[in-house]
Amino acid sequence: MTAYILRRLLLMVPVAFLVTVGVFMLIHLSPGDPALIMLGEDRTPDAIATIHKQLGLDQPLYVQYLIWLGHIVHGDWGRSITTHEPVAQAITERLPATLELGSVALIWSLLVAIPLGTIAAVRRGSLTDQIATGITVAGVSIPNFFIGIVLIFVLSVTLRLFPFGGYVPLTTDPLESLRHVALPAIALGTAGAAINMRFTRSSMIEVLNLDYIRTARAKGASWRRVVFVHALKNALIPVVTIVGLQIGGIIEGAVVTETVFTWPGVGRLAVESIFNRDYTVIQGIVLIAAFSYMVANLLVDLVYGWLDPRISYS
Amino acid sequence: MAHLLELEDVQTHIALKDGVIRAVDHVSLTIDPGETVGIVGESGSGKSMTALSIMRLLPRAGRIAGGAIKFKGRDLAELSEDEMESVRGTEIAMIFQDPMTSLNPVYRSGWQVGEPLRIHRHMDRGASIEAAIDLFKKVGIPDARRRVTQFPHQFSGGMRQRAMIAMGLSTGPSLLIADEPTTALDVTIQAQILELLRNLNRDYGTATILITHNLGVVAGMCDRVAVMYAGRVVEQGTTDDVFEHPEHPYTWSLLRSIPRLDAEAHEPLKPIAGSPPDMLHLPEGCTFRPRCPFAIDRCGVEEPELEPVRSQLSRCWVTQAGRSLDGAS
Repeated sequence: MTAYILRRLLLMVPVAFLVTVGVFMLIHLSPGDPALIMLGEDRTPDAIATIHKQLGLDQPLYVQYLIWLGHIVHGDWGRSITTHEPVAQAITERLPATLELGSVALIWSLLVAIPLGTIAAVRRGSLTDQIATGITVAGVSIPNFFIGIVLIFVLSVTLRLFPFGGYVPLTTDPLESLRHVALPAIALGTAGAAINMRFTRSSMIEVLNLDYIRTARAKGASWRRVVFVHALKNALIPVVTIVGLQIGGIIEGAVVTETVFTWPGVGRLAVESIFNRDYTVIQGIVLIAAFSYMVANLLVDLVYGWLDPRISYS
Repeated sequence: MAHLLELEDVQTHIALKDGVIRAVDHVSLTIDPGETVGIVGESGSGKSMTALSIMRLLPRAGRIAGGAIKFKGRDLAELSEDEMESVRGTEIAMIFQDPMTSLNPVYRSGWQVGEPLRIHRHMDRGASIEAAIDLFKKVGIPDARRRVTQFPHQFSGGMRQRAMIAMGLSTGPSLLIADEPTTALDVTIQAQILELLRNLNRDYGTATILITHNLGVVAGMCDRVAVMYAGRVVEQGTTDDVFEHPEHPYTWSLLRSIPRLDAEAHEPLKPIAGSPPDMLHLPEGCTFRPRCPFAIDRCGVEEPELEPVRSQLSRCWVTQAGRSLDGAS
């Protein structure tokens, strides 16, 4: 198991390399020469050359990349062009809010999807199944910002059940934190919930028709035991694959959701930075997003291996 | 002696889009304690459906439409699902055709084999796995202590079937239903599994219903045999009688269609003409008539009942009228 994790981490190295190269190139896509912007009117060739030398822009591209990479590894992610705040600091300040939002959204989507999908599969063709299917279609087709607005209007503005906006760190007041994260997490997680529910349902139906389910019944296992012990673990294997793919979607969706809910997370920082053409911050965020995605998929693979012993770690 | 299991006129219907199939049609059969009874027939003859009716594990579209399944004085067809769950896996165990797919791939073999003990005897996990180790030894799985920690995919086909048998025996049932237990296995492994079943029947006195399409298996294993065709029992009797002098043309044809070591050299095999009937559109009269070399006029009009013919029971107008099947072609 440890060997497997180490090997997986090793395999991440080439991916990480490509990610950093991509992110590094991002800054070169920005139009204009930084020296010209910094110098304004006093752009003599000498001054430009001095600044190029100061910034290391006279070096070949790969040397620039290595210097940049060295800084990244040492935690120096540069400074924001607009606020002059260190990028690493700006992102780490916002990261807990996004992590909380993303995790709660994921947990919400699974809490809805797995029980509902299971019930729909066990009682397929019933009214419950049809209602669940209806909800699913709605959940997938309605964009999450719209779900967000409806949730704010109904549950927050009208019924005053949940606060609107504002983030309370989990460490300060866990309960209040969850109350604040509930609406944005529901908005962010619903589309995933709908898809996961469909997958759980179809996977469950397939598994329930397999021979080993009949074996379990022949042992005298109750229907409940058959469904939740014998079938569910098998049925979840394809669902986990889909969840792995959704993590990218959650990072992406966080950008919109955080904006709708004025959630002080990395997603909103991304939006602000894009509007301000704050390339250093955008660079940092892209880097963090790419690495989160890689780590999340590693975790998914580990869960996958735990669910299905036929997947060998060796 | 009271029968252990008595099927009385059991009818099982399966509702399909195009109509209702009478998969088990007025089947009556008895099994005594410690006895081994074979049910033979082609695919679709209703032998597996008979077994699944006894276990009340029919597919969604299936239901027991009539008759009684008396087991130790209770009618299984009348039991509630809860009551039935306390019969399955304790009093009656069942093992299935394909050991490759009959074990759950995500749980350890010992966990699965010990599960009936946890469900029915309220054993804790540790004790049930210890019991599984003993059971593995009984069914001849070497290195039992290590094997219980392995997953089904780490077992060979024969080992899996042994594990299935161990699972079935865990609670000491009085009846074991084996549905084509050797069909999916290599010939050499088949012999081992049959030997195992025979020994268990002898050592523990577990009555066994052996479902198979293989007459050789029946000859080697069973005290009595019921031959099924199109959902009906067409012949029933002791294995010796039925093999010695079949009284139904279907059994007669089956016996002539298998190769025999003691046959005259170069004697050709005689396959049964025609194909099994369409269960949705059964022929008038006797269901075997279109393929029967002995058919008389009456066979196309009226369906015969299962009546005594010599020492066995046969559903055939020809033999019931006293004609012999010997010497015909």
